[in-house]
Amino acid sequence: MDFPIYHLDLMGNRLLVAVIAILHVLINHGLAVGLIPLVAAMEWYGARKGDPRWDRLARRILFFAFLITTTVGALTGVGIWLSTSLVNPASIGSLIRVFFWGWFIEWLVFITEVVLILWYHLTWESWQGARKAAHIRLGFALAVFSWVTMAIIVSILGFMMDPGNWLTDHSLWSGFTNPIYLPQLAFRTALALCFAAMVALMLILFFTRRDDPFRYQAVRAVSVFALATGPFVVLAGWWYASVVPETMLANLATGLATMQFEEWQDRLFLGMIGAAALVMGVAQLGVWRPHWVPRLGLLVPLVAVMWLTGHFERVREFIRKPYVIGQYMYANGLRVEDYPLYQSKGLLPYATWTYPLSQAETAAIPAGASVTDVQAGKDVFMIACTRCHTANGVNAVRGHFQRMLGDDPWTPDKTMDTLAYMHEARPFMPPFPGSPAELAQVALYIQTLQSVTEPLAGAQSAGVKLREEAR
Amino acid sequence: MTPVPHDLPLGLPAPVGVLTAVLVGFFLMHILFVTMMVGGMMMVLVAQIRGLKDKAWDHIAHDLAATITVNKSIAVVLGVGPLLAINTLYTVYFYTANALTGSFWILIVPLVAGAFLLTYAHKYLWGRLPVWLHLGLILVVMAIFAFVPLIFLVNVTLMLTPDRWGEVQGFWDAAMLPNVWTRYAHFMLSCPAMAGLMVVWLYRRKADQDRAQVIRMGYRWLLGPTLAQFVVGPLALITLPPTPGSQGLAVAIFLGSILVAAFLCLVAWGELKRPDALIGQGFPLVAGAMVVILVLMGGARHLYREAALSDHRAAVAAKTEAFRAESEAARTNP
Ligand code: HEC
Repeated sequence: MDFPIYHLDLMGNRLLVAVIAILHVLINHGLAVGLIPLVAAMEWYGARKGDPRWDRLARRILFFAFLITTTVGALTGVGIWLSTSLVNPASIGSLIRVFFWGWFIEWLVFITEVVLILWYHLTWESWQGARKAAHIRLGFALAVFSWVTMAIIVSILGFMMDPGNWLTDHSLWSGFTNPIYLPQLAFRTALALCFAAMVALMLILFFTRRDDPFRYQAVRAVSVFALATGPFVVLAGWWYASVVPETMLANLATGLATMQFEEWQDRLFLGMIGAAALVMGVAQLGVWRPHWVPRLGLLVPLVAVMWLTGHFERVREFIRKPYVIGQYMYANGLRVEDYPLYQSKGLLPYATWTYPLSQAETAAIPAGASVTDVQAGKDVFMIACTRCHTANGVNAVRGHFQRMLGDDPWTPDKTMDTLAYMHEARPFMPPFPGSPAELAQVALYIQTLQSVTEPLAGAQSAGVKLREEAR
Repeated sequence: MTPVPHDLPLGLPAPVGVLTAVLVGFFLMHILFVTMMVGGMMMVLVAQIRGLKDKAWDHIAHDLAATITVNKSIAVVLGVGPLLAINTLYTVYFYTANALTGSFWILIVPLVAGAFLLTYAHKYLWGRLPVWLHLGLILVVMAIFAFVPLIFLVNVTLMLTPDRWGEVQGFWDAAMLPNVWTRYAHFMLSCPAMAGLMVVWLYRRKADQDRAQVIRMGYRWLLGPTLAQFVVGPLALITLPPTPGSQGLAVAIFLGSILVAAFLCLVAWGELKRPDALIGQGFPLVAGAMVVILVLMGGARHLYREAALSDHRAAVAAKTEAFRAESEAARTNP
């Protein structure tokens, strides 16, 4: 909590991370983990049949994957670090300290992966004849390394949801032995293969001509591959969804959360079955009547799989709440074990920075309220609320109170109870971290907010001031 | 008054020495590829313009463009390890600087991804685009490549000056900190030099008819900017802000590297004077001198960083420990 707070008021901080992370997952699953084995298999098949058309197709598909993974794919990967270090430095900083070696090894695997993809791509022309077999092996090695990268990362994701034994033993191994680990890995693997099959079908229709009989041969073969993956998506998805509630219930013991969650779980289930059915339907068509598969029509299963991937990530995020690292750190970046201190002595005695009131905020201070209290309220608000809320954008606190209280003045007597018990009414919010006096100050700030429609500025534009000097 | 925030109350994952070695060692490798990428792009641009009149240069430009896309992939991937290490070793400093320059810090992602895509377009659509568009692509890439280092430099400068954290408002304000622009110039000059060295290395063993011509160009690219560094380097040194700790050793190493640079220039000059058939033989000596310079720079930077922060880090550690103890007390006897 003691880092200057970066804040995006309109789009919300979480959306920034989500956009980058989901883009990364889509590229990683659809164009690397899933697609590379398919490319290597095509190359192998072409060599075995002595049919250069397969080779050419595989090469073009790889080229496409190469262009995207080494640009947007690589940068969104780095972007996850850069964006989380802005949005929730306490959480990413803690994760790096725990998982340093996991990430370090992951990094070495990743370097290997990059070298392999460069090598695989650049030697395609020159390694012909006697060296073809080696080139194909290179392709399969790349496929293995891409998968291993994912397998390591998934342990960290599992850890964030349920640190399990780490809370007592603080070891990296407990991330791998996390109960969600294997189901999640299985689901992601199946999803990646299925997703990649859809991508490949799409690319085949772009890279071959309508009057080329090979097009239909390729569509049929990839469709068989897609048909084979569909059932695994459903099976592994079911396995994953069945272990998640245990973890989640360990996090929260309230009925409300379960209800909320069931909604999401149902949607995940339906989405999974729907997406798998669409994929299997299209794949079935591809096997029976390959020339009926329409180019644009393929977008439907492709979008369905992308939606499923995105939704899966959202559910994963959701069940983590109110924590960012299960039972250890809340999403506001405050550690669970420091709560007793904050709740008795207050947050602000331990905060280095203050976020001076803007002109509009100062002008809106309710009559009779002290500037010092409103300023303190804003600082608490920045620390305790802005990691999940904005003032005026996505998931806006002003919006919530507008809905609840309308245009009546949002006086503290009306809002303090909501704030004090918010974690019970909305179990994915953490308990209020500060002292009772700070609760009253936040309420006063919220009353001020009622007439402030400008976005709340973060440290990146307004800077910060040293609390001891400002006082 | 200098702010003293708390650090995360978790131990470091490895001994400080190991993390420092990861940080400094891999960062040097990262920067090596970055300079080759940025400098290589400058060189492609020049060769491409000369190629408008003389086909041979167009051919050379195309050859050089092929190196960029490889260097860029390696540059990015090598940056991740040092990023991990700096996150653990300088948590408070790095995250604070990131947040205070956040709007630009996050722009790194779309800017670099976009530049890389354009680099591919530039390379794979060679000869298939109108000249203005092809040149336009590389100019946009060059502009991005010139800007992104500034974002990084502002961050690593700001992180070393805790007493300024409460003053800066946004990226451009932080860009006005002392040392930023001299260091930026120092870095940007190192790019063509490193690219020059790279082409000497690439063409040294080639039986290409342009071999001697390209190697000469490489040495000229190395020599010119490196001579300019004799002015810019000391300026970057003089503008370093004073530190609480002693900078003596760091400054001594920086000065020592000037001697090595002088040696490098002499050897490179000698190479330029050689006949076509023999040019390139001095490469190991030149490259060796460059590696020594890089290592000296990396080491001295680290010593300077320590001089700037070690007192402050001790204060942060003490404050973090006091907080931890207080929190434990509140937890055990509420
Ligand atoms: C872990 C992230 C998180 C934090 C931290 C958090 N909230 Fe929320 N809050 C949420 C979510 C998610 C919702 C539900 C949004 C929805 O239903 O659309 C919510 C809902 C609300 C609501 C509406 C409640 C209702 O009954 O409809 C209010 C008011 C609110 N938050 C205020 C705050 C304030 C004030 C703080 C800081 C003291 C805060 N929240 C901290 C995540 C958070």
